[in-house]
Amino acid sequence: MTQSYESNGSEGNGHDNTGINSGHLASVQGLPLGMVVEGSVANGVEVRLDPGFSVEQVKVGTFVTIQGSNNRFFGVVTDASLGSSDPRMKYTPLPVDDPFVIQALQGTVAYGTISVLPQLTMPDVMGDEQGPAAAKSIPSHFSRAFTASQKDVETVFGSEENGNFWIGSPLDMETKLCLNLGELVKRSMGVFGKSGTGKTFLTRLLLAGILQSGEASSLIFDMHSEYGWQGQDADKGVSVKGLKQLFGAKVSTFTLDEEHSRRRGLSTDETVQLGFNHIEPEDIELLRETLNLSEVAASAAFNLREKYGEEDWLKEFLAAGRGGSLLELADELQVNAGALRALYNRMGRITRYGFLVEHSRVDISARIIEHLERGQHVVLEFGRYGDDLAAYILVSNLLTRRIHQKYVEAKESAMGGGGKEPRPLVIVIEEAHKFLSPSVASQTIFGIIARELRKYNVTLMVIDQRPSGIDSEVLSQVGTRFSCLLDNERDIEAVLSGTPGSRQLRSVLARLESKQQCLVFGHALPLPVVVRIREYGPKFYETVQGGGDSEAEKKRKVEELFGD
Amino acid sequence: MARRVGEVVESTSTSFVAQCYQLEGAPALGGLVRTDSPDIYGVVGQVTTEPLDSARPVLARGEDADSEEDVIRDNPQLARLLTSRFEVYISGHVEDGVTRQYLPPRPPRVHSFVYLCSPEEVSKFTGRLDLLRLLLNSGAAHADEIVGACIRQAAPAHEQPDEFLMQACKTLAVELSGDVARLNSILRRVSP
Repeated sequence: MTQSYESNGSEGNGHDNTGINSGHLASVQGLPLGMVVEGSVANGVEVRLDPGFSVEQVKVGTFVTIQGSNNRFFGVVTDASLGSSDPRMKYTPLPVDDPFVIQALQGTVAYGTISVLPQLTMPDVMGDEQGPAAAKSIPSHFSRAFTASQKDVETVFGSEENGNFWIGSPLDMETKLCLNLGELVKRSMGVFGKSGTGKTFLTRLLLAGILQSGEASSLIFDMHSEYGWQGQDADKGVSVKGLKQLFGAKVSTFTLDEEHSRRRGLSTDETVQLGFNHIEPEDIELLRETLNLSEVAASAAFNLREKYGEEDWLKEFLAAGRGGSLLELADELQVNAGALRALYNRMGRITRYGFLVEHSRVDISARIIEHLERGQHVVLEFGRYGDDLAAYILVSNLLTRRIHQKYVEAKESAMGGGGKEPRPLVIVIEEAHKFLSPSVASQTIFGIIARELRKYNVTLMVIDQRPSGIDSEVLSQVGTRFSCLLDNERDIEAVLSGTPGSRQLRSVLARLESKQQCLVFGHALPLPVVVRIREYGPKFYETVQGGGDSEAEKKRKVEELFGD
Repeated sequence: MARRVGEVVESTSTSFVAQCYQLEGAPALGGLVRTDSPDIYGVVGQVTTEPLDSARPVLARGEDADSEEDVIRDNPQLARLLTSRFEVYISGHVEDGVTRQYLPPRPPRVHSFVYLCSPEEVSKFTGRLDLLRLLLNSGAAHADEIVGACIRQAAPAHEQPDEFLMQACKTLAVELSGDVARLNSILRRVSP
């Protein structure tokens, strides 16, 4: 059972028939699988497996090529099933302990079929300039199906040598599966999956890729302080390197909780302090659910702003509350006194956060933008406030709104010829359904970014375990989706909404392994793919050691220094 | 070298009957036989031993005899009064030097000699297995038995009998893909 796995993928070895029994489907040359027996463009084609090929050897999500009479198709296995030429077979008592009889029946009367969804037509000549195109037809009857070879996968997904980022391997293959990061950051992306399925590791990997490629800056709202200096691998009980350790000066860490950072023995670049003057009624509106405020109470904040002005409304309101004049204030604003009292109580809770001061002259969002414009990446660690959802939502929303504003200004002046384009920015948020739930998505800045900020070079990376809680309109704007295992029906439906072939992908998604596997589909990829995610560990560190700049990044820096 | 076992006495497009030269000298069920000029192959189906004159039925004669041999010795006329015949289902022919596994244009002539095929011939002829379909559809009352016997008989003539058996069974499975119960009964007859 020898089989070669040459990474350089030389062609023309002929079919290695011993591979049929070896359990490995991938080789330099694809193995013959079977033959197309029926199908449709909408539902994909049925491939009847050759007698020698057990249905057990074909996994859902595996890549397959089909040689039609004029085209070569590239598709993915979406289902495998058992068929029989005689419907009475299941009622006929067969001598199952006689291997001879069973072998004679296998592949003839009882056979395996796989459903393949042809996604692309491959260029006629391998390595042709012209890449694969979306398949608009299906292969004809009796076309032969093969497992995809490494060369096929490289043709479709691009290779690492061409500047793509190696994220993992397809199922059952050793091939490097690569992502085009330039395309990835052009649209918002989402990382979904149940708790403990490796979302954080995948995100860390993607961020490292983005950092290394220099395609964009990133701003990470790091809820549990696991991206900055180091994170924990809960399964192995070891700590893994964060972005700062890997990329050094390219990453700036901000913290809300200096004490927490100090306790962990880390020095951070800046400590964030926000003033009451930075908080706006819109922020309160967003926190309504988290703080359990009524609609009336939340909208009272707008009345307060009207009365006291943008800068001082919260400060004055708290002062009035402390002075015991809430009733008069309610009268004056013509809002329900109970609602105003509730608002006061909740505001009191928020203002006890250590990172909030009565008045702050430092515009922390400007500081963050400074870092971002220098081509750096910013990780904002929440320290002990990470467990406080209200704090996370407040701070990330508040900062993002300001950054958004500045990006819009910069982009508009660039369009008017008055400055350079703002650098693409990826904003990373966790627990995204809290920001993007249908009830608040229309108000939060994240909803706006998801919907339209692509035009202003800002995209979102949302990380979430309950995608069904995210507004469907926002979700439909998430260009590239990485989905680890999900088992809730509604979540699966939400993640796959608006994706062609979602019915077939559903079975793939529900059968992912609970670790290190994810289904990737959308804008940055020509077709959906199940990825065995690459190990984030010492081997990976080596490839990024020193945080050296990529070619694109070097060019950008040179241009920045010497360009006009 | 092929052994001559009889002579065609009755002939139709799909089968012929041959009379044996020796009493009880018919080839085994499922054996491959051939006529010459023209070369027509067939598989032995029904074997019959009966009185030459149907009006004179055979009577039991061994009531007082000690052994079966004694019966024959004491009644030497028996060998002359009885005859063995076998029915052969045509399963192929040679046309312009090429072996075809379908029915010949004309059945063998009466009085054609019938030979039992040598292992080499068996191996060569059963290199293709289209004959199985002919046999299954021969209309013989016990076609399944004939098919099973034919496969069992042919296997030892091949260099790799097991492989031949499996290939034959796979061919059967394709032919009988709509009737698993029948297929199953033949497979159990063939299973080593």
